[in-house]
Amino acid sequence: MAQTYTRPDFRLTPTPEGDDVAFWTGGEDDRLMVHRCRSCEQYFHPPAPACFRCRSRDVASEPVSGRGRVATFTVNRQPWLPTLPPPYVIVLVELEEQPDVRIFSQLVDVDPAEVRIGDEVEVFFEHWAPEGGTEVWLPLFRPVPPSVDAATVPGEEA
Amino acid sequence: MSGGPFDGKAVITGAGKSQVGRRLMRGGLDLTLEASLRAIADAGLTPDDIDGVASYPGPGAPQRGFSGADVHEVRNALGLRTSWYMSGIETAGQIGPVIEACMAVTLGFANHVLVFRSVWESTAQADGGRASVLFDGGKLPPHMAWTAPFGALSPANWLALPAQRYMHDHGLTREHLGTVALTARRHAALNPDAVFRDPLSMEDYLGARMISEPFGLYDCDVPCDGATAVIVSRRDAAAGLPRHPLTVESAGTGMFERATWDQRIDLTTMAAHDAAATLWDRTTLTPADVDVAQLYDGFTFLTVQWLDALGFAAHGEVGALLEDGALLALDGDLPLNTSGGQLSGGRLHGMGFLHEACVQLWGEGQERQVGGAVGSRPDVAVVAVGGGPVAGAMLLSHG
Repeated sequence: MAQTYTRPDFRLTPTPEGDDVAFWTGGEDDRLMVHRCRSCEQYFHPPAPACFRCRSRDVASEPVSGRGRVATFTVNRQPWLPTLPPPYVIVLVELEEQPDVRIFSQLVDVDPAEVRIGDEVEVFFEHWAPEGGTEVWLPLFRPVPPSVDAATVPGEEA
Repeated sequence: MSGGPFDGKAVITGAGKSQVGRRLMRGGLDLTLEASLRAIADAGLTPDDIDGVASYPGPGAPQRGFSGADVHEVRNALGLRTSWYMSGIETAGQIGPVIEACMAVTLGFANHVLVFRSVWESTAQADGGRASVLFDGGKLPPHMAWTAPFGALSPANWLALPAQRYMHDHGLTREHLGTVALTARRHAALNPDAVFRDPLSMEDYLGARMISEPFGLYDCDVPCDGATAVIVSRRDAAAGLPRHPLTVESAGTGMFERATWDQRIDLTTMAAHDAAATLWDRTTLTPADVDVAQLYDGFTFLTVQWLDALGFAAHGEVGALLEDGALLALDGDLPLNTSGGQLSGGRLHGMGFLHEACVQLWGEGQERQVGGAVGSRPDVAVVAVGGGPVAGAMLLSHG
């Protein structure tokens, strides 16, 4: 049974600068922004001012679909922050566009016992404007709802 | 044995350890000097003979307790006249400075290098709460900025991710991880300096509270206070010293991909695999030559990674190796973490494994001595430390 996600009262938030800004603010326009090389056309993450593959400096953030699959996950059961009571699911999402690019995030709206590697997930954003801090839109993920005409229940990928 | 990267010139002539324990309420420099002076004396030297100093991580440690002393604090306190010194965190794991000391003596920059690592994390956590994850100014440090917003504040979370993927892809089980923890505890029971010495059963292991799946409490090492030091000498400067010098046969320093916790091409490998590849590239020794293994266990899965990386099993097949815990016992074919590792011995943060390798090769393990019953001390030890994007390895022998 899916657990319905409730926004916590507090999260630790980043203070992005330079190349990282687009990733943390793209959510304002509901877009997941990931760095891409315009020379070899490969995506990469985290952002950097050069493509680590072809060394081109012609790189910039571009919007991606925000869909992907669970590359791996962990159910965290240790309370680290009073505002984030366990259990919760920490996830690495591999991008639909390029699976070797992975986004570190939290997977919500899901029963932790039901999560499997390979599950299809999609992004949504949570806006934070901490007092004295930097305004950010955190990319979180939730399961892709099964399509209504799905003939069979999809199993774990082989 | 073989020429190796240091051409047989780099040797270890002494080792020392401070008091080790939980909440000792002693200062980091105090513990560091205790270990350092013991190592110098163990080598049959005096502080006047020490002309090099090296340490991990150097100044600017991110959390209180992570570093007990800087190189200059030790130089100043002991009045050392050094011809070479260094510290750093961007190196081949916590034993990177030992490898650099080997280079220094081989090149003639120093005769006898004191290398130390000290921690006082247990006391730091006891005297006024845990260190904040925030930098001054309320910012997350760079390594936390990508993870802490999602409730992943601990290396337990970051390393649970590749562990879960390895288990999914390669059939590793929690019982396999448990074998690493139980082996460490059995050996710790024979080590009077170990933090946890009470018996641990598989039932205890599996029943412990979960931290971040698949890691439970006993998959995680224990913070402690303590310092470790070794003396790296140039062989021709070691003539006449009391101990048989241990030859540093090879060093693994490779790092082939970006330094990240989550973007490696194969999520079921780590920088350990690159360090291990370079370790074997630089020697004629092979995994079959290893008599005792001291493999980092900040988490049980990191020992799995090193067993995989070093080629003690084919990639992905470490689970089969861990089916039989007898292999890893003191009288097994691959005695593992003979002092109890960091899981049961305490997190001396990498250098404890090197210290224990020296103890074993010198045949001074007492109750926990490999080959003790038959009096055949081991000839070759592998030491490998680090996890995620941190990795370094060494091979030691009687040479």
